[in-house]
Amino acid sequence: MSGLDQGKMQLSGRGVVCVRGGREVFSGLDFEAVAGEAVAVVGRNGSGKTSLLRLIAGLLIPAGGTIAIDGGDAELTLPEQCHYLGHRDALKPALSVAENLSFWADFLGGERFEAAKSLATVGLDHATHLPAAFLSAGQRRRLSLARLLTVRRPVWLLDEPTTALDVAGQDMFEGLMRDHLARGGLIIAATHAPLGIDSRELRIGGAA
Amino acid sequence: MTALSALIRRDIRIALRVGGGALIGVLFFLTVVVLMPFAVGPDLALLSRLGPAILWLGALLASLLTLDRLFMADHEDGSLDLITMSRTPLELACAAKALAHWLAAGLPLIVATPVLGLLLNLDMVATGAVALTLLAGTPALTFTGMIGAALAVTLHRGGLLMAVLVLPLSIPVLIFGVAASQAVIVGPVTFGAPFSILCALSLVSLVIGPFAAAASLRHGLD
Repeated sequence: MSGLDQGKMQLSGRGVVCVRGGREVFSGLDFEAVAGEAVAVVGRNGSGKTSLLRLIAGLLIPAGGTIAIDGGDAELTLPEQCHYLGHRDALKPALSVAENLSFWADFLGGERFEAAKSLATVGLDHATHLPAAFLSAGQRRRLSLARLLTVRRPVWLLDEPTTALDVAGQDMFEGLMRDHLARGGLIIAATHAPLGIDSRELRIGGAA
Repeated sequence: MTALSALIRRDIRIALRVGGGALIGVLFFLTVVVLMPFAVGPDLALLSRLGPAILWLGALLASLLTLDRLFMADHEDGSLDLITMSRTPLELACAAKALAHWLAAGLPLIVATPVLGLLLNLDMVATGAVALTLLAGTPALTFTGMIGAALAVTLHRGGLLMAVLVLPLSIPVLIFGVAASQAVIVGPVTFGAPFSILCALSLVSLVIGPFAAAASLRHGLD
């Protein structure tokens, strides 16, 4: 929690090089983001937007350069302070909506009563006992968003977050992002569509 | 601790739901053992001599049957990314997943053993001995198998690879598990010696398995 209160938190990368499958995706990438700021990572397909998010999340090892966070919780590593919302929803089809969410709440260290509240926020409180197998793509995305609300992490790494969300869902999500930034959080989103909130653009891989 | 118990509860719950792995293992075990008397023929003495080996082979193959999905399912739906990023050490998360797999898929095999012992003309003492050796030995199968499961995550079609990687590691467990059971039935060696080695194998794999699996998962990050 304390990480959210520190206004000076800053995420920065210096000369980051990403190599996937022997091919250099991007190199010499500098970026920074301070608390309360959203960064929209843009670029054509294959320019390394997802790779950048996974580098920050510690799911890929940079081939060069450094990525560091200053002013966060000093006892935690960068990945431990991040939420990663990827293409895959991390949901188990055999478990119900509530079971899926309360597992992540327990495993990532959130509160169960937050889980019920965030299900209402994302508009899934009518389907808590439905197995996740029966959810539509948009509903799965909403359930993933509920995870971000149930467990507080200062850094949100979002990969195409608005995919499959309907118009009302996108409005809801814009509100959630604004709340997160107002609380001193930080958002890095890879996106093709406009995020809908004030954000700084980080273009990788040349002009689109 | 809540994180680990949550992981164990989730994995057991998934395994017990429709389509989960728990029942598949027991059914496979049942099939192998039930068919064996028909293949061997009506020689009761031979059947009871082969009994422990048949039960052990069945249990070994049944416990490997569902093991390749241990990390694969979490990898495919993105859960593994979040588990890797979390504040829980990956080694402990691996150990928790293996424990959950053993509770859901290994323990039912041991519970089924007394029933299957009847089919193989094993008396009470012999059946008890086999069940006891399975109880001591199947954790070793799960925890060494987990290393193969972790390696298989990074390679597509890893299932076959896993069998090739894991089976050699499980040979010592098979040898000493069957030896300890045979010792009770026919002698002449004591039960204690092979059983102690079996326990030692389990303890060693309990320590090495999670570290090796976590290392190969980290190495295979993609």
